[in-house]
Amino acid sequence: MTNEAALLQFERVSRTFTTKRGVVRAVDDVTFAAMPGEVLCLVGESGCGKTTTGKMAAGLVRPTGGRILFEGRDFATMPERKLRVYRKAAQIVHQDPYASLNPIRTVYQTLSVPLLHHGIVRGRTAAVERIMELLTTVELTPPADFLGKYPHQLSGGQRQRVAVARALTLNPRLIVADEAVSMVDVSIRVSLLNMLLRLRDTLGVAFIFITHDLAVAKHFAGRGGRIAVMYLGRIVEIEPAAQLIRDPLHPYTQALLAAVPEADPDLTRNKEKVKLRSLEIPSLLQLPSGCTFHPRCPLFEEGLCDVQRPETVSVGERRAVLCHVVARQMAAAPMGPTTGDGHASDRAVGLDSRRDGPVGSMEVGR
Amino acid sequence: MSTSTVSTALTEPVAVTAGTILSVRDLWVEYRAERGMVQAVRGVNFDLRKGESLALIGESGSGKTTLAVALIRLLTKTARVPRGTVTYWRNGREVDVLALGAEDLRRFRWKECAMVFQSALNSLNPVLKVWDQMYDTVRYHESMSKDAAWQRSLEVLQMVQLDAARVLNSYPHELSGGMRQRVLLAMGLLLNPQVLLLDEPTTALDILTQRSIINLLRQLKATLGFSTIFISHDLSLAAELADRVATMYAGQVVELGEVRDIFYRPRHPYTLGLLQAVPSLTAGESEMVSIPGSPPDLIDLPSGCKFHPRCTYAIERCRAEEPALLTVGPQHGAACLRWAQVAQDREHVETQRA
Ligand SMILES: Nc1ncnc2c1ncn2[C@@H]1O[C@H](COP(=O)(O)OP(=O)(O)OP(=O)(O)O)[C@@H](O)[C@H]1O
Ligand code: SF4
Ligand code: SF4
Ligand SMILES: [Mg+2]
Repeated sequence: MTNEAALLQFERVSRTFTTKRGVVRAVDDVTFAAMPGEVLCLVGESGCGKTTTGKMAAGLVRPTGGRILFEGRDFATMPERKLRVYRKAAQIVHQDPYASLNPIRTVYQTLSVPLLHHGIVRGRTAAVERIMELLTTVELTPPADFLGKYPHQLSGGQRQRVAVARALTLNPRLIVADEAVSMVDVSIRVSLLNMLLRLRDTLGVAFIFITHDLAVAKHFAGRGGRIAVMYLGRIVEIEPAAQLIRDPLHPYTQALLAAVPEADPDLTRNKEKVKLRSLEIPSLLQLPSGCTFHPRCPLFEEGLCDVQRPETVSVGERRAVLCHVVARQMAAAPMGPTTGDGHASDRAVGLDSRRDGPVGSMEVGR
Repeated sequence: MSTSTVSTALTEPVAVTAGTILSVRDLWVEYRAERGMVQAVRGVNFDLRKGESLALIGESGSGKTTLAVALIRLLTKTARVPRGTVTYWRNGREVDVLALGAEDLRRFRWKECAMVFQSALNSLNPVLKVWDQMYDTVRYHESMSKDAAWQRSLEVLQMVQLDAARVLNSYPHELSGGMRQRVLLAMGLLLNPQVLLLDEPTTALDILTQRSIINLLRQLKATLGFSTIFISHDLSLAAELADRVATMYAGQVVELGEVRDIFYRPRHPYTLGLLQAVPSLTAGESEMVSIPGSPPDLIDLPSGCKFHPRCTYAIERCRAEEPALLTVGPQHGAACLRWAQVAQDREHVETQRA
């Protein structure tokens, strides 16, 4: 079901790549919706499909299955020319700004090209003025000092700010940030994160924030945002950040949370650990049958998990999980865990995810 | 701690004496670069105790790897050690590591002090099977029959919980990242060293794999009793594994203490800053604060305390004076002129915790 108010909607989106060694299912049947100004953090381990999902959200990669709607319009079927308009509205910031910024362009050149090319401003004076504004927005001050700088003259954190400023040149409504703070040092990471949060609050930009670091995801999602956990191409759990950290539903999320070391010796050494049945990460070329987590899952049930592919089950409006066993438990206790925002209807367990779209409609609590 | 729990044909009996195994005094390392000399390690002092694990934490470029590499004398040709001593205690006798000749150095490396490098992928030779690489290592350092080397290789691979026979016959690319990291660990253990240097042992590994390596390291340390120095920019790894922690900034150890002192009672503003910059996952809401500015240029260092341009505690004196590690508590040192003020400001938080 299409959600009118959503900025971005993924409806059973898949993406496969054909490689020499076979067909890789990078993203498999992913459904979610992001409202204008919402933050959705995608977390998961390397190779789980986060980046491909992000690239599809930014219109850089087309899905091989399902539909992606931006402001209600299906862009998979858009002609290339229309898609270009879309790409303006959705911008991506990559992990490594050193690789994504042109080394022989100054900051002025990097930012003025898209501004002038897309006719956002006319003439050099207007461009400089707008660029100064953008640099101030990303806290590169005084802005005049940065106009003539080349990437190698900037620190990692400053380069990432330039990359963000470039993403902002076209007044996007969605920013996909792919591990955007992962390569900078901790002392600088916080201010970069806070700057991005300020953009969300002041410009109302929606974010798809990709990170392998759950603590960073929690911080960035804040009160209103959600976290989606991916495993082998599928979203196994999605819900408001605080709830996911406090009360994870999916066995994989539980294992991740238990495994993450934390910067507090007493706390981290006394964490309850989840024991996995196997440490091997299956190959995307040869995914396990049924639930792809079954070879490792502590809750594995023979004859069910290795045979039947689980479907996404919504638990309230903003929460969904992909697991036979959890779904059964939730169905047995429909008044079970609340979704946190207290509506009675949120507590219903909708087993028919197919029609409703498990996370198709949600409000942003801001 | 005892180191006698494991005895194999490869090792001589090591006298079990309490105390220090490796001692570093006023160590300096610099690199020749186009713009000038890079001051990568500056006047570092510490003792590594027997059986302990010491974490070196600090941001990129703070000199962690350079320091570790200097200890086993694997610095590149462009590097120079203008000053300092590294003493290794072999059976209670002092060994001057920086003065070792080629033959002694070969014995020292791997057999007494082994290093596992930062990138598990790059430090294995892609065209050689694991067995060939392990055999090369053994052969170079020890006269041992091929059979004995095979046995020992199986043994160490089992210690790191790998399917040993299969792994020995594999090429590195046939193994996952976590398995490669285990192979490297096993290679480090081959000649049963007293000291193991681990550079970012879990970086770039998935969380679940990371966890298994952490558990493994903890278990190996408990059973084998070796000492470790491990390097990490990730504070949580230090919180998990370290007995003591050394914070590095601009080539210097600016704070050194028991792990709980460093995390719960930091006295150097930089350590404090690092701790406040890490988002917590389950420990409730805590405000994250960033450290202003960026790390210094190691070719053209600031005067006085190298942290002063970024330090919220800095006073005029800090521009002129570079403090050494001052005693700020039992077994706890911080190189800060204003550590007492830091302590006073934190009194509230710290008593609340206690
Ligand atoms: N071969 C070299 N030639 C010149 N400078 C070097 C060389 N190797 C390292 N450096 C410099 O020495 C300083 C310390 O580097 P080092 O690699 O020891 O830091 P680190 O703390 O291990 O950093 P990271 O966390 O990034 O691994 C840095 O400024 C680095 O650029
Ligand atoms: S479906 Fe089965 S194997 Fe998959 S996560 Fe749930 S319990 Fe585990
Ligand atoms: S000595 Fe001064 S500048 Fe250095 S850390 Fe202490 S207060 Fe800050
Ligand atoms: Mg290093």
